[in-house]
Amino acid sequence: MEVLSPYKEATEVILEAGGEPLKLCYQCGLCTGTCPWNMVRSFLVRRIMHEAQLGAVDFGSEDVWTCVTCKACVDRCPRGVEIIDVMRALRRAVASLGIGVVPDALRISAKNIAGVGNPLGEPPERRNDWAKDLKVKDFAKGTEVLYFPCCVPSYDPGVKNVARSVAAIFDRLKIDYGLIGTEAKCCGEAIRKAGYEETFQSLAQNNIDLFTSNGVKTVVVSSPHCYHTFKAEYPELGGEFEVLHIAQYLASLIDKGKLKLSKELNKKVVYSDPCYLGRHNHIYDEPREILKAIPGLELLEFPDARENGLCCGGGGGRIWMDTPKGERFSDIRVEQAAEMGADIIAVACPYCVLNYTDSVLSMGKAETMQVKDIAELVAEAM
Amino acid sequence: MEEIRTGVYICHCGLNIAGVVDVEEVAKYAGQLPGVVVSREYRYMCSDPGQDLIKDDIKELGVNRVVVASCSPRMHEPTFRKAVEDGGLNPYLYEHANIREHCSWVHDDKELATNKAKDLVRAAVRRVCRHEPLVVREAPFTPSVLVIGGGIAGMQAALDIANGHQKVYLVERDPSIGGHMAQLDRTFPTLDCSECILTPKMSDVGHHPFIELHTYSEVEEVSGSIGSFKVKIRKKARYVDESKCVGCGDCEEKCPWKVPSEYEMGLAKRGVIYIPFAQAIPNVATIDGEHCVYLQKGKCRACEKACEAGAIDFEQKDEIIEVEVGAIIVATGYDQFDPAVISQYGYRRFDNVLTGLEFERLTCAAGPTEGKILLKDGREPESVALVHCVGSRDQNYHEYCSRVCCMYALKYAHLAKELTKADVYQFYIDMRCFGEGYEEFYNRLSEEGVNFIRGKVAKITDDAVTDEEKGKLVVVSEDTLLGKLIRVPVDMVILCSALQPRADAENVGKILNINRRADGFFLERHVKLDPVATPTDGIFIAGCCEAPRDIPDTVAQAEATAAKALSLISRGTVTLEAAISTVDESICHGCGRCEEVCPFSAPSIVSKNGVMVSEINEALCKGCGACAVICPTGAVTIKHFTQDEILAQVDALTEAR
Repeated sequence: MEVLSPYKEATEVILEAGGEPLKLCYQCGLCTGTCPWNMVRSFLVRRIMHEAQLGAVDFGSEDVWTCVTCKACVDRCPRGVEIIDVMRALRRAVASLGIGVVPDALRISAKNIAGVGNPLGEPPERRNDWAKDLKVKDFAKGTEVLYFPCCVPSYDPGVKNVARSVAAIFDRLKIDYGLIGTEAKCCGEAIRKAGYEETFQSLAQNNIDLFTSNGVKTVVVSSPHCYHTFKAEYPELGGEFEVLHIAQYLASLIDKGKLKLSKELNKKVVYSDPCYLGRHNHIYDEPREILKAIPGLELLEFPDARENGLCCGGGGGRIWMDTPKGERFSDIRVEQAAEMGADIIAVACPYCVLNYTDSVLSMGKAETMQVKDIAELVAEAM
Repeated sequence: MEEIRTGVYICHCGLNIAGVVDVEEVAKYAGQLPGVVVSREYRYMCSDPGQDLIKDDIKELGVNRVVVASCSPRMHEPTFRKAVEDGGLNPYLYEHANIREHCSWVHDDKELATNKAKDLVRAAVRRVCRHEPLVVREAPFTPSVLVIGGGIAGMQAALDIANGHQKVYLVERDPSIGGHMAQLDRTFPTLDCSECILTPKMSDVGHHPFIELHTYSEVEEVSGSIGSFKVKIRKKARYVDESKCVGCGDCEEKCPWKVPSEYEMGLAKRGVIYIPFAQAIPNVATIDGEHCVYLQKGKCRACEKACEAGAIDFEQKDEIIEVEVGAIIVATGYDQFDPAVISQYGYRRFDNVLTGLEFERLTCAAGPTEGKILLKDGREPESVALVHCVGSRDQNYHEYCSRVCCMYALKYAHLAKELTKADVYQFYIDMRCFGEGYEEFYNRLSEEGVNFIRGKVAKITDDAVTDEEKGKLVVVSEDTLLGKLIRVPVDMVILCSALQPRADAENVGKILNINRRADGFFLERHVKLDPVATPTDGIFIAGCCEAPRDIPDTVAQAEATAAKALSLISRGTVTLEAAISTVDESICHGCGRCEEVCPFSAPSIVSKNGVMVSEINEALCKGCGACAVICPTGAVTIKHFTQDEILAQVDALTEAR
C-alpha cells in the first residue's frame, strides 16, 4: 500500500510563493462543487488545497495548470480562502523552481511575452499597426485619454476590429485620445496568474515607467485583464492612474447624453459577463446599460448571469493552452445562446471574443450566431 | 500632612509576566522611587500568601499606599482593594498597574517590555500618593425583576424567581409567550414532544401570583441602574379587552381576511384577528392592526358582531406602564437566517426547498399538514436532503457555528424516515454532537440507514442531466471523502439555517446599555467565569440572545440568571460607586451641560441661596466622567480621577526614566 507522509519542504515552497491562504481551508468541498470544470471533467479543487497543505502536490500533474481563475469558488468559499493565490503559488513553484513541467503552449507564450512583450511573438514595432490607416495620434503630454487595446486586438487579425471600433467611436465623438508608443508591452495579468512572477514584474515596471514618463492620467482599456492589473496590481508597484474599462467609459458618455445611438439593431443579443470585469471587479451594469441603449436590440440574459456567470475558459493563462473539444466552457455558452435564440453573443473582453468565435466556428454555427465586443456594437449603432 | 509610605508589589503571574518582564529589576527600580518604603515581587499576588504580603506590610511597615502591578484591573483590582481594606486601610488608597495585557502579553522584546513595566509602575506610584480615602455607600435593592422575552429562557428565569416569591414582570413582544420552542415539533435527542414539555411551563407562567405578564408589549425605555431600574413598557393595543375575551375563537372564524401565520412559518393562514396557536398564553385574541380592514379603511367590524363576550374594543390605545425593578434579565432569543440570500440554494424559487422551522411545522401533528411530510403538490417525498451549515461557519454570512443544526438535522432525518420511508441524505461538513445523549443519537441514525455525505452543498438545481434527475431537485456537492462530485436527485431539501441575532438587537442593546460582540449577539461579562452577566451591573442575559444554544443549555443559563437576580434580592442592598462626581459650587455657573450629557440623569440644576448650581444625585452617579469633561468651568471633578491625579500619572509616563 502506498503511504503518504507530509512533505513540509514542499508546503513551505508553496507558502513562500504566495500560497499562505491555503492554511484556512477546512475541506468542505464547496469549491469543487462550484468550479465550472466539473461540468465537463473532474477537477477537485478541494483536494489540491489539501495536497498543498500537506506538501503532497503532484507538480507534474496537469491539474496545476487547469484553474481558469474565474473566481467563482473564491467568492463562495466559507473561509475566504484566496484559492487563485494558491493556484498561482503552485504554478510559480513549477515555473520558477523547475519542479514539474510547464505545458508547451504556455511555455512558448511566456517566452514570447518575456522576449518581445506580447504573447503572439509579433514584432513590438507593429503593435499599433491596427490603427495605421486611422491616423490616431500618438499620446503626448496633455492628451486626455490613453487608449490601451491589449495585445490581442493589437495583433490578432480576427480581433483587431474591437480596437478599430473604439477608435471610430472616439473619433466620432472628438475625444482627445492617443496611443502610446510601441515600447508598450503586455499588461502581464495572465502571465502572472500562470506563475511567471518575474516576467510580470518586468512588464509592469516597463509599462508604469512608460505611462508615468508620458504623463498618463487616464487609461481606457478594452480588456478586463488589463483593467484588473492596472487597477489592482500596478498601484502596489507605483503605477497610479485612473483606469476605465471601455464599458464604463461608454456607459458614462451615454449617461451624460454625449453618446447617442440611433441606428437600429433588430437582433437578440445575450451578454456574457467576463470574469475579470464581473466577479473580479463587480462591473455588471454598465455593459448592459450600453446594450439597452441600442435601439431595437433585445437583451437576453443567460440563466447563470452576473455573479454566477460562466467563464469563457480563457483566464489564468488558459487562453494560450489547448482545451480539448468537449471540455470548452465557451461551447456550453454558445449552445446555451443558441437554445435561447440569440443572434449575437456580446462580450467585453478580447479573450472572450477569441474563445466564443472559435466555438461558433467549430460548432458550425457561424451562419446564425455572431460574437461581438460591445465596442463593435456601439460603433455600428452610431 | 501624613507621610506617604507606598508599598509596591510586582506579580510574576507564573511566566505570564515574568516570562517577558524582568520582574526583579522592576521591583528593584520601584524600591528607589520617592515615597516607596517597600517593593517586592511575588509569583502570584492574587493568591492568599500574595495578599498577606500587602496586609503584613500595612501592619508592620506602616504602608499607607499600595500599588500592585499585575494583570488587568478588570480581573483583580477588586481583589487587591479588598486586601488593602482587610489590612486596615481605605480601599481607595490603592492603584493598579497593568503589566500583563498592556505589556508582557503584547511585547516580545524583554528589555523594552521591562522598561515599559517600570514606566507603568512609576506612573502608578506617582498617582497613588494623590488618592484620597473614599466612603463606600449602600442603597436599597428593589426586590423585583424585569424579564424581557417570553421564550423558554425568559419563562424559566421568571418561574425560578417567582417560585422564590419575588416579583417578576415578564414582557413578551408577541401576543403569546412560548417563543421558538412553541413552534418545534419534537426535541432532540429524546424526541419528546416540545409542546408537551413546554405548555405546562407556559400555563404556570400565566397563572403565577408573582409573575405580572405583559404580552404584545415591548420595553421602550430603561433608566437608573442596578437596584433601581425604571422601566417603561409599551403595551400595544390588541383591540381586545383581555378581561372579557374567553378565547373561544369565534372572531377569527368570522374574520373575512386571512394573512400568513407567523407561527406556522407562512405555511398556513390566520385571521387578522387571531389567537396564534391553540395553547397560547394568554388565550385571548389580538387584532393585527396593520392588516385590519376596519382599522385601515373604516369598514368591516365582523369580529365585533361575532364576539358574544363583547371583548372587541376598537378604541383601545397603546398604554405605557412604568415599573421599577432591581435587576433585568434579557432573553430576547434569535432570528432564523433567511437562506434566500444564498441564491444558489433556490429557497423561495423552488417549492420544496424548506427551512428547518418550516419542516418543524410539517411534522407537527397540530401543524398545517397534520403531521404529514408533504411536498407542495401533496405527494409524499421519496427522498429528502438535509443541507448543514446554511449561513453558519461561513464568513460570507456568519462565521460562528450555530450549534443546534447538526442535531436537529439528525432529528429531521429520523422523522423523515419514520413518517415517509424516504431516503435521507445529510450533507455535512463536520458532525458536532457534543451534548448528553447526542453522540448516541447520531449512532442511532446511522443504524437507521441515513446517508451521510461529507461536503458543503454547492447548489440546488432543477436542471436535470439524466432521466433520473427529471422533475427532481438535484443537490450538487463534492463527496469529499470519495473525492468525487456528487449529484443527488431528491424531492425535498431542508436547509439547516443559521441562528442569528434578532434584527433589532442593536436597538435593544441601546435601550439597556449593553454591548454586542462582533457577531451581533449580546456580550457576556466574562466568557468563562461570568457567562450570564453583562458588563452593565444588574443586567443578565440568557439563551440565544447571547449565542446560539440548545434547549438544555438555554434552560441552565436561564436558571443561572435567576440565581444571580435572587442573590442580589437576598442581599437587599447595592454598593454604590464611591468614585463619583462632585461639584465645586463656588465656580459652577449652573449652565446645565452636565445635566444634558449624563446618561444616568445624576446632575440637576438647582437653586441654592438664589444661585443656580449643579447638584449630583449620588445614588445615580456611576462616575463615568462625562460631566467633568463637558464642564466649561472645571467645577465638576470625578473623585479618584481628579485632574491632579491624571496629570501626575501622565507626567510620570512622559518623563525620562
